[in-house]
Amino acid sequence: MISVRLTVNGRAVERDVPPRRSLAEFLREDLGLTGTHVGCEHGVCGACTVLVGGRSARSCLLFAAQLEDATVTTIEGLTPAAGLSALQSAFRDCHALQCGFCTPGMIVAAHELLAENPAPSREEIRAAIAGNLCMCTGYVSIVRAIEQAAAARRGGSLP
Amino acid sequence: MKPAPFAYVRARSLDEALGCLVADPEAKILAGGQSLVPMMNMRLARPSTLVDLNAVAELSGVDAAADGGLAIGALTRHTDLVTSPLVRERAPLLATAAAHIGHRAIRNRGTLGGSLAHADPAAELPAAVLALGATLVAAGPGGRRRIAADDFFLGLFATALAADEILVAVETPPHRDAAWGFAEVARRAGDFAIAGAAVAAIPGDVGRSARVRLVAFGVDDRPIRLTAAEIHLGDPALTPDAAAAAGAAAAGCCHPAADVHASAEYRRHLVSVLTEQVVREAAGRRAARREGESRWSQSP
Repeated sequence: MISVRLTVNGRAVERDVPPRRSLAEFLREDLGLTGTHVGCEHGVCGACTVLVGGRSARSCLLFAAQLEDATVTTIEGLTPAAGLSALQSAFRDCHALQCGFCTPGMIVAAHELLAENPAPSREEIRAAIAGNLCMCTGYVSIVRAIEQAAAARRGGSLP
Repeated sequence: MKPAPFAYVRARSLDEALGCLVADPEAKILAGGQSLVPMMNMRLARPSTLVDLNAVAELSGVDAAADGGLAIGALTRHTDLVTSPLVRERAPLLATAAAHIGHRAIRNRGTLGGSLAHADPAAELPAAVLALGATLVAAGPGGRRRIAADDFFLGLFATALAADEILVAVETPPHRDAAWGFAEVARRAGDFAIAGAAVAAIPGDVGRSARVRLVAFGVDDRPIRLTAAEIHLGDPALTPDAAAAAGAAAAGCCHPAADVHASAEYRRHLVSVLTEQVVREAAGRRAARREGESRWSQSP
């Protein structure tokens, strides 16, 4: 077992983990943060995307043992205590989820995009979520939702 | 799906990591893990020990070298290659190649050294360092040695690194005249390339003309120099006209395999087209640069 201390969604966490425990499993099984979804488990689908040190990362391709001193933010950490974030509201308004499996990863990827680029073009949005697969193929609504959330965060609304 | 059990060492120094490789011949270095961990999850790789380099701070970062080139730590992430002002200024080919890798979450973790040591024949960064004529610095129990990119890639996932060596840095040469090009074809954004090409004109010694280095990737067991095409591209001949001749010669330089993504014939065709494209791109950049310089020199 490897001892690891890290911060998850603003909370200090200390655990002993087997070396092969992925960050995704650690979040879901050890911390009960089941918002992070596990899809392909080899870095292709993007469902398990979380923020590590503020940057998006595949939690299936990181071992929990690697996360000593790291700051991890999951979809739970991007959700306000009450209500929904601008991205979450926009996903609901635009019907940007069908089965919902890809949604947490999509929102994490979109969050990183909007933090760096508050007014992305449609092409930039598409590039930012290119690593997140929606098997329901609801991409048009997802892109629309991210556009709407970007506008809402800027304090305006879509034309 | 999870990897076979392994021991984990969080190395605090390069020496500690090198010691782990000596102690366990089945140990593997863990850097970004964006290729190694999928292979472990699918049980295609079963290292007995993972030696995690991520806490070895001396391996990260981009430094300006006195000669106008760069010294880049092996642990530098792809995202940092893309965004670093120094890399964009002094090795723009490397920044552009890095931007073509996978997706943002992959680029945030994946490292320069990891990509080079993994040596996937369709990967972007091995092709870029080969086109740049970069030097790779390896550390081992006996000290450091410098390996020319031309001598580093030996075959499919095979490099000149010994089992007890770690790639620690990449040195890129001065690249002042901005003549370079990079292009690839992939089925979807972020996929490995079906084929790609890169070209760089590296300034020669004082009074000597630049060397033009042309590379194809995804079309052989390693990134390859297109030497039969390079002969059409002496420095003065880095022109759109020469691009077509280089493109025609390029197809004969590679021995692509056929797979589910493309036939060998299609890959050879792509190498021709992409070679012509990157040489035109390089020629265009050089012309724009020289026009800009002459405007500056004419202004009062």
